[in-house]
Amino acid sequence: MPAVRLAGIEVSFGEGTTRFVAVSGVDLSVAAGEFVAIVGPTGCGKSTLLNVIGGLLNASAGAAFVEGQAVRGISKPCGYLFQADALMPWKTALANVAVALEITGIGRSEAERQARAFLARVGLARFGDRYPHQLSGGQKKRVALAQMLIRDPRILLMDEPFGPLDAQTRVLMGDLLLKLWQQDRKAVLFVTHDLDEAIALADRVVVMSAGPQSRIIAQHRVDLPRPREAAEIRLDPAFHVLQKAIWNDLRAEVMRAYGDEFAAIGGKP
Amino acid sequence: MKRSHLIFWQLLVAVAIFAIWHAVATWPILADPKKVQFFFSTPLAVMARVYEFFASGSIWRHLWITLSETLLAFVIGSLGGIAAGFWLARNPRVSAVLDPYVKMLNALPRVVLAPIFMLWFGLGIWSKVALGVTLVFFIVFFAVYQGVKEVSQTILANARMLGMNDRQLFRHVYWPSALSWMFSSLHASVGFALVGAVVGEYMGSAAGLGYVIHEAESTFDVTGVFAGMVVLSAFVIFIDWMVTLAENRLLAWRPQAGERAT
Repeated sequence: MPAVRLAGIEVSFGEGTTRFVAVSGVDLSVAAGEFVAIVGPTGCGKSTLLNVIGGLLNASAGAAFVEGQAVRGISKPCGYLFQADALMPWKTALANVAVALEITGIGRSEAERQARAFLARVGLARFGDRYPHQLSGGQKKRVALAQMLIRDPRILLMDEPFGPLDAQTRVLMGDLLLKLWQQDRKAVLFVTHDLDEAIALADRVVVMSAGPQSRIIAQHRVDLPRPREAAEIRLDPAFHVLQKAIWNDLRAEVMRAYGDEFAAIGGKP
Repeated sequence: MKRSHLIFWQLLVAVAIFAIWHAVATWPILADPKKVQFFFSTPLAVMARVYEFFASGSIWRHLWITLSETLLAFVIGSLGGIAAGFWLARNPRVSAVLDPYVKMLNALPRVVLAPIFMLWFGLGIWSKVALGVTLVFFIVFFAVYQGVKEVSQTILANARMLGMNDRQLFRHVYWPSALSWMFSSLHASVGFALVGAVVGEYMGSAAGLGYVIHEAESTFDVTGVFAGMVVLSAFVIFIDWMVTLAENRLLAWRPQAGERAT
């Protein structure tokens, strides 16, 4: 049984003449323990798919299944890492992580004990009493990662989680994610617009077309050895072969997403 | 500026004002000093009167009355504002229906309600509390309404993905967000509670700082009026200072101006 299965998913917003179909006819299946990256041009509805799987958004057609169960309401087995800041600014880093356990009925002292251990795993043992505004962008993301992982979700949905970070921090965050993922191999759906990041992290890269009505146009298996080091793997010749192949699929869609905005500088769709 | 320098300059402003006031009331600079004294009294007479207030102990009762009215108006107005703010923010349909009435009531100058409150609640403290409540309620109401409406959609989605039910969302997300908005208007709401109390006393009462000022005024006792104003101003600064202390404790999670992430 796949961890996640999408069958003919279509998502639309608005009605009548203003109806906008974000994604249409998406079939996708993610096996347990598989790391899948979704790449595509800006605004192609990558995040929309994650929201459907997480149960935050209803599909207008098709069906979504999480561990064989049709999605209805919030999908309990899923953890979600958002692109924007999602930490509660009025709670300290420790409280932000601990609350994920407290709401399941675990006592505060036990929740905080486990939260401390998780903060240590993401390298923030000394930062538990900081408020989010006192943390850097990368530190906030690591707190959010600990907050997501402490519940031990079996499926991880990640929506361009490292998008707002600078290039070096992204590579480090990718390594941290791989290290944590290597320990228990959860199913991961990782949305990104960064092709290198997708190849470095994933077992499979799914390419989506430009919106509206975006769909899956190609899938590439990434047969690079694991465990990987995000910074090292980029030097592997096989990495470049993949990069070239996927970029060939992606390039036309990226140009299409921007329309003729780049025509002036000689970019051809 | 260093703190000691700042206090020096602040005191200098007070000394300068008193010096000019004293000079104008003593020597014929702008007008006949007798006339000036009738309309503005003299700083020394005002200081003497303030000293007398405290030396005889007569002022404490009035301060206590005004303080109780202020606190009661603040607490009752805040509780009402919080309840109404949450209720309307979570029920958009009710909010849409009541919207013109809320705007109408808020636009009404509260002073016109004072005589009606005198009629309903008598000349004791409750008519003043009621006036303060009508001022505090709307400030807190709008702040809480805003706080609940403007909860970040990402924080909300994240909290739901963590598995929070409605009750937990309220406790961990909506409530802290609304409170932070309410606290950010704390200075305004406490200030208006005091305005309600003093204006109410001024309109008709037997005790309180507003009463002291009004009594002095009705006997052309300008020294008494100014002395009452001095005590009232000091009282306002004291209350404002207490609010700042409370704020620093309650909003510790907020970034201070100029503070950078490490």
